[in-house]
Amino acid sequence: MRKHTMGLLAAAAASTLALSACGGAEVGGEPEGGSSEGAGDGITIGIKYDQPGLGLQDGADYTGFDVDVARYVANELGYSEDQITFRETPSANRESMLQNGDVDMIFATYSITDERKQVIDFAGPYFVAGQDLLVAADNTDITGPEDLEGKNLCSVTGSTSAEKIKTDYAEGVQLLERPGYAECVTALSAGQVDAVTTDDIILAGLAAANGDGNLKVVGNPFSEERYGVGLPKGSDQCEDINAAITKMIEEGAWEDAVAANTEGADYTPNADLNPPTPEACA
Amino acid sequence: MNDHLSGLGALLLQYDVLGAFWTNIQLTFWGALFALALGTLLALMRISPIVSLRWAGATYVSVFRNTPLTIIMTFMVMGVWTALQIQLADDFQNNFFRLAVVGLAVYHAAFVCEAIRSGVNTVPLGQAEAARAIGLSFLPAARLIILPQAFRGAIAPLGNTLIALLKNSTVAAAASVSWETSSTMKTMIEFNPNYLWEIFAVFAIGYVILVIPIGLLTTSLSRRLAVKR
Amino acid sequence: MSASVLFDAPGPRARVWTLVGNIVGALVVLAVAAWVLLQLDSKGQLEPGLWADAVSARTWQYYLIPGLINTLRAAAFAIVGSIAFGLVFGLGRLSHLAVVRRVSGTVVEFLRAVPVLLMMVFFYGLFGQLLPGAQDKAFLAVVVALILYNGSVIAELVRSGVGNLPRGQGEAGLAIGLTEGQTLRSIQLPQALVAMLPAMVSQVVVVLKDSALGQLIGYQELLRTGQIVYSGDGNPLQVLTVVAVVFILLNLLLTVVAHRLSRLLSSRTSGSTAAGPGIGNPTVVAGTPATGGTAPV
Repeated sequence: MRKHTMGLLAAAAASTLALSACGGAEVGGEPEGGSSEGAGDGITIGIKYDQPGLGLQDGADYTGFDVDVARYVANELGYSEDQITFRETPSANRESMLQNGDVDMIFATYSITDERKQVIDFAGPYFVAGQDLLVAADNTDITGPEDLEGKNLCSVTGSTSAEKIKTDYAEGVQLLERPGYAECVTALSAGQVDAVTTDDIILAGLAAANGDGNLKVVGNPFSEERYGVGLPKGSDQCEDINAAITKMIEEGAWEDAVAANTEGADYTPNADLNPPTPEACA
Repeated sequence: MNDHLSGLGALLLQYDVLGAFWTNIQLTFWGALFALALGTLLALMRISPIVSLRWAGATYVSVFRNTPLTIIMTFMVMGVWTALQIQLADDFQNNFFRLAVVGLAVYHAAFVCEAIRSGVNTVPLGQAEAARAIGLSFLPAARLIILPQAFRGAIAPLGNTLIALLKNSTVAAAASVSWETSSTMKTMIEFNPNYLWEIFAVFAIGYVILVIPIGLLTTSLSRRLAVKR
Repeated sequence: MSASVLFDAPGPRARVWTLVGNIVGALVVLAVAAWVLLQLDSKGQLEPGLWADAVSARTWQYYLIPGLINTLRAAAFAIVGSIAFGLVFGLGRLSHLAVVRRVSGTVVEFLRAVPVLLMMVFFYGLFGQLLPGAQDKAFLAVVVALILYNGSVIAELVRSGVGNLPRGQGEAGLAIGLTEGQTLRSIQLPQALVAMLPAMVSQVVVVLKDSALGQLIGYQELLRTGQIVYSGDGNPLQVLTVVAVVFILLNLLLTVVAHRLSRLLSSRTSGSTAAGPGIGNPTVVAGTPATGGTAPV
């Protein structure tokens, strides 16, 4: 249990200390080091801070698949490691943070949708995730969302993924809602729920961080979420980013990153859709 | 403007706002019932001649009065249900509802106990002395003389506790009762941020409408039932 | 009236009965405790490893202490803001202008009727729209919601604090030629504030407890960091117990301070420093009708 909690430990410590260090109601301020957005000699990249396996603040460092892709792309664009500044972009604020210039680009489980394309640009996709289920490793009777009839399912408060299962697949499913996915995993490990649902790669990250091999991703995704790189509208970097993603895939670094960040979860991404080919830029 | 208003109307129909309030009212009702029973028992323990019971009652009160309700509610789901695997109903909805009721009851019982004790404080010494003088021992004296007067004196603080309980029923969100008001409001705001002010106004006014009659009723009751001295 | 007046000084037979009752009572309490421990044990919750993880140096250093600092930080900002808010609106309710009185009264009554959690959720959404780049939206939402609720409670304390002073104080002020405003500012308010101090310290207990609601909008306070611990270690019961104990000890300390203060200050004011019917009556923490009708939160 010890090893895998390290990341979470460090993440919480770092983020809470950062909060208390900047002392009080410092709104939108950079805690220290100043901001570098817009400056020619650095790049600010938005990621998730609380998603093990994808984007996680780990002490002074950041880990996860999104972070690895972001680093690779930034290097290809000509930025060295110490020119990259990471910043948290929670789901609800991603569009506005791009529009306000708070960040230059976003790698944060950011699904490409037509609605979002109206206000921002996307490069990529660099990964295709799908809604899936996380279950106990020895569970054999849940192989897809239809099997959840009469079963207990956990999801995050306010997320639509659990509602989707209820309306589209299994009306008789019982829903537990907790504030974070990690608590769902606790309930799953204790046997009080049968499954946890969200995007497959997020589940894989959770399983890798929490399960000691006790949990597995079912591997039967029933939706298609194409993770793209969020860019401000009218950005001229789309082509370069797509070239970098293609290169990362061809070099095998993409595959290494997936494997490294989902280690121990017995997870392979949907091979029909991965690795994806970046779409033509707008 | 008209579009905006009709949009709000559609929103109120789309989400079960009345149902959410009904959930909180039910949580409050059952929570109040159990809190009153447990709180009265605790108050009896605290004024009894038996030291061990007094001590147990006092400990209960200082533990639960000083613990955040959010922790108690989280504990009901993550501690009692997840870790201890204690299930209060087969289906999830009833299970979390009942866990939340227990959480509300154990927390507010501490306040009910103190409210009744403060009611006991309003009973003059002579009443207890008179009860003993006519030969009543502790329990009969408590039942026939002290408690009836104490309850009357405690109506105002009990009413405050009831109002607090109603407002605190929103914390059932921490016990996974996700169809109550605060969770419903949160979801509505997340998906309709352009109606932020209107959504908040609807829920806030809902609580004002529920709270004010309770306040008026307990104030007038406590005046009407006050023991004239 | 203390408990002892409810029953006579016991004679020999009553003493025997009390002793028997005591033993039986103690046995019942012990039996309940034993039953709880057995339940815990049968579910494997007494496992030393689970408890050790919950109180390990690492848990404290990286989670609970940073979380506690955030809890205290939110509570500190909230209590200072509440006092300012409470003074403004408390004086507003005492104003000789009817309009000011009515507006202050309406604001205070409204804020006391709305659940704090609803306010937090609302402000979290509002700050999301107003301050899109802000990192500390949850902190701001927690502090503002706590200020509005507890500030309105303190406004009631100010009003009733002034109202509970002996009438002679105000009359004396007017008699020596001060205006009503001057009397309020230089005679009544200082005494009322001193008298209110213990009740205000008790209000910090409410603020501290309510800061845990911040967990529901993602503020990284003590309960939230505790949740991250058990998300990793799988020991929710143990960690929540530890977190609760931290809160209980903090609040007991505050309660002791409030009682000391009320005894210390009772000679410095003509108002009553007793924040409830009788010092030592713990309803102080919940607030009582005598001091403005606050309620347990």
